[in-house]
Amino acid sequence: MLNLGAALPEMFMAVSALALLMLGVFAGKDKAFRTVSWLAVAAQIVAIALVVMGDGGSAFYGQFSADPFAKFCKVLILIGSATGIIMAMNFAERENMARFEFPILISLATLGMMAMVSATDMLSLYLGLELQSLALYVVAAIRRDTVRSTESGLKYFILGSIASGILLYGMSMVYGFTGTTNFDVLGDTLVGGELPLGALVGLAFIFAGLCFKVSAVPFHMWTPDVYEGAPTPVTSFFAVAPKIAGLALFIRVAVGPFGGAVEDWQQIIVLISILSMAVGSFAALRQENIKRLMAYSSIGHVGFALVGLAAGTEEGVTGVLVYLGIYLVMNLGTFAVILCMRRNDRMNEEITDLAGLAKTKPLMAAITAIFMFSMAGIPPLAGFFGKFYVFKAAVDSGLVTLAVIGLVTSVVSAYYYLRIIKVMYFDEPVEGFDRNGTEMNVIMAVATIIILAFVFFPNPLMDSAAIAAASLFGM
Amino acid sequence: MSDWPILSIVTFLPLVGAALLLLINGEEATVARNSRWVALWTSGFTFLVSLMLWVNFDATTADFQFVEQADWMPGLNISYHMGVDGISVLFVLLATFLTPICILSAWEAIQKRVKEYMIAFLVLETMMVGMFSALDGLLFYLFFEGVLIPMFIIIGVWGGQRRVYAAFKLFLYTLLGSVLMLVALLAMYFEAGTTDIPTLMEYGFDYNMQLWLWLAFFASFAVKVPMWPVHTWLPDAHVEAPTAGSVILAGVLLKMGGYGFLRFSLPMMPLASETFAPLVFTLSIVAIIYTSLVALAQQDMKKLIAYSSVAHMGIVTIGAFTFNQHGIEGSIFQMLSHGVVSGALFLCVGVVYDRIHTREIDAYGGLVHRMPSYALMFMFFTMASVGLPGTGGFVGEILTLLGAFEANTWVAFFASTGLILGATYALYLYRRIIFGALTKENLKTILDLSPREWLIFAPLVIIVLWMGVYPVSFLDIMHVSVENLVNQVETAQAAAAHAAQLAAN
Repeated sequence: MLNLGAALPEMFMAVSALALLMLGVFAGKDKAFRTVSWLAVAAQIVAIALVVMGDGGSAFYGQFSADPFAKFCKVLILIGSATGIIMAMNFAERENMARFEFPILISLATLGMMAMVSATDMLSLYLGLELQSLALYVVAAIRRDTVRSTESGLKYFILGSIASGILLYGMSMVYGFTGTTNFDVLGDTLVGGELPLGALVGLAFIFAGLCFKVSAVPFHMWTPDVYEGAPTPVTSFFAVAPKIAGLALFIRVAVGPFGGAVEDWQQIIVLISILSMAVGSFAALRQENIKRLMAYSSIGHVGFALVGLAAGTEEGVTGVLVYLGIYLVMNLGTFAVILCMRRNDRMNEEITDLAGLAKTKPLMAAITAIFMFSMAGIPPLAGFFGKFYVFKAAVDSGLVTLAVIGLVTSVVSAYYYLRIIKVMYFDEPVEGFDRNGTEMNVIMAVATIIILAFVFFPNPLMDSAAIAAASLFGM
Repeated sequence: MSDWPILSIVTFLPLVGAALLLLINGEEATVARNSRWVALWTSGFTFLVSLMLWVNFDATTADFQFVEQADWMPGLNISYHMGVDGISVLFVLLATFLTPICILSAWEAIQKRVKEYMIAFLVLETMMVGMFSALDGLLFYLFFEGVLIPMFIIIGVWGGQRRVYAAFKLFLYTLLGSVLMLVALLAMYFEAGTTDIPTLMEYGFDYNMQLWLWLAFFASFAVKVPMWPVHTWLPDAHVEAPTAGSVILAGVLLKMGGYGFLRFSLPMMPLASETFAPLVFTLSIVAIIYTSLVALAQQDMKKLIAYSSVAHMGIVTIGAFTFNQHGIEGSIFQMLSHGVVSGALFLCVGVVYDRIHTREIDAYGGLVHRMPSYALMFMFFTMASVGLPGTGGFVGEILTLLGAFEANTWVAFFASTGLILGATYALYLYRRIIFGALTKENLKTILDLSPREWLIFAPLVIIVLWMGVYPVSFLDIMHVSVENLVNQVETAQAAAAHAAQLAAN
């Protein structure tokens, strides 16, 4: 069935992005940056409403599904990208990158991500993934007049293309050995039966490609460079929306078509998860640049999220979704802080630049400390619950060793989060930062409230994540 | 009044005070003054409310009292469950009692960022009280680890020279132990389908699982107690922490480990506890003797008292694992009296530190000539620490040793040796600081206790004497609960022995 209604939010996003492009071109190019940005944010808010209110169901003859799982992830992605555009506005104008294409590219990337998380066929999956990737390559290099941004865009492009190639190769193997690209049909074919060896190899290739997209070890090498090189608002977007989309896609592929072969892929995920957690925590210990630190931190977080997937159960997927929701909030808040690290109208990216923030800006320091404690997973902050759910799922699936390793690496990672707090609170102050933009203060405040209040009201996020996960396993 | 959620009020009232503090703004001196008063009133009022627990406590039952239960995460079958029994209620009171004293002791010692300091202390109080009254494993864990956040800030911001090192060491050591406990909690949750502590106490895990669970919990509690050889964070943390931080650390935080043994390890893993009791005894004896000797060699007053804490907590862990009424009651009593006494000793150090700004023992001597009241006070708490009859320290030690003697004569023998060493280092410290000729120039003008300091010490003296002279008022409260715990452990152990015998036949 064609059933266009299920894809209404995507169509709306596509049309609005193109309309904004026209607006930008005809309304005086970069002078329209602010207008286009706000309109793009508005479009994404409308898209959230459309997603939430949509009836769901399958579309495009089984290529696309707007099930609760997809809806949940789309809402997170849209929140991430809308906030990303808001955070970029002032930065872009100050740093001479106020091109009206920027919000449009973000919108198109978001569209790609939405298609990804809804994909129920290898081909629609690939289409969404590539739309996302191509838009992101350009965004990474949007400051084409600086070497670092261009370099990071180019690195991302080359490595990303290789990953896409690997992914496509894996898909072709699966298709060759099973004769279908449709997730449902694949799932039916594989139920009970042995996974053909060729399809298993194909699955490994697909996982490798997906690992690249979510920057899981050992396919993480690009992450620190790209995060450091890209303009900070772009980094903050990279750290959030594509990660969520990639992990959602990972989940859909793993438990959807290959859900019958959990024991075949479980060990791969366990290994990747352990490596990601370990690299994420140990490599970050000696970072001086806060964006690089966040890159390693995000690698570690992907590792933690994959712990839930490794469980391979509905509970595990619920855990991952809760984790992603909390991760989104923590990361947006932290990047809002990083974007506020401006002194005499210049960006600062070293951790030592935060020295003595507790004296110069006590409230911002307290908020940052809350984000860091939360990232380290210290209760009663939200970050702890993310870890709690995924590790609970892992223990329930008998992966106790994985849980122990994961929690021990989380202690290691606590060290570098604490180091930021130490710099802010225990060191003597350097010159204070410039005034924060209002939008940053709002984002930080909202993120802080969510992180602090989660312990009292965990149920909205948990329940919707549970519904989302159930829809994936109910098929 | 009885239908008021007293436990929640006691737990979260300090948090309300902290929120009020956040609202204080204006000139620095005004903010500091207002913060001090708000914090003092909040913690004082919290203490008064917590006395309701004491007054209304029914000592004739081992059941949990003042129980509150509300939905928290219904999807996971985890609820907000609070309650106290004879074992925990006194710890709640210890925490609410020591916090106002700490705030009062920091009145003049803390001059920078007073508001933040008071907020940290009130948050800390919430965490401590919540931990002792939580009846859900996850809730317990939340408070147990949440303590680290304010403690890290307190040591790191207001601490001494090597504060950063000490704060990190405290945080990472404890966190590493705690995450293993989290895994064990998750495993128990998976096995029993709930994290509700009363339910878990009845569940009866099988022996093999108990062993692993016990070890994981042990990793966490042993660091917290702290037991030798994972005690090394404590001297550093104590030395660098501000006086009030040391008081709360020695007074309440160390008790979290001992309390954990009594709340989790013994009732939930009775068989594993029996298996590992020799290990605990050995480590405790090593701790008592070794750290007493180390204490003897210290040049730093706070470090000396810190090591003495490790030794005293060794007595506590011995008592907990004797599995008999005397031993466990002694262990709880020892924790309470140590909480008050070691807190008071740190306050004594704080008094001279505030005046001379050094903790080197050699920098002092002959203080009795200038500070007779201080000498008296210090003497009193030194004697309490040594375990002089008539002070709280004596009751705890004698009960524990009695229990240890019932369980194992050799353990009692070695533990008693430790007490002799304890007297040695404590008196040696006292002699070096108080007696002798007053020769140091800067000591010649030192002032005796101020009225504020009298006010701090007075309640501590009263409590220590009360505990020593009429311990029954405390022992009565815990008696039935401890009896119940002992029965529970003995029943489980007897059942297992019976089963083993059947299998052997």
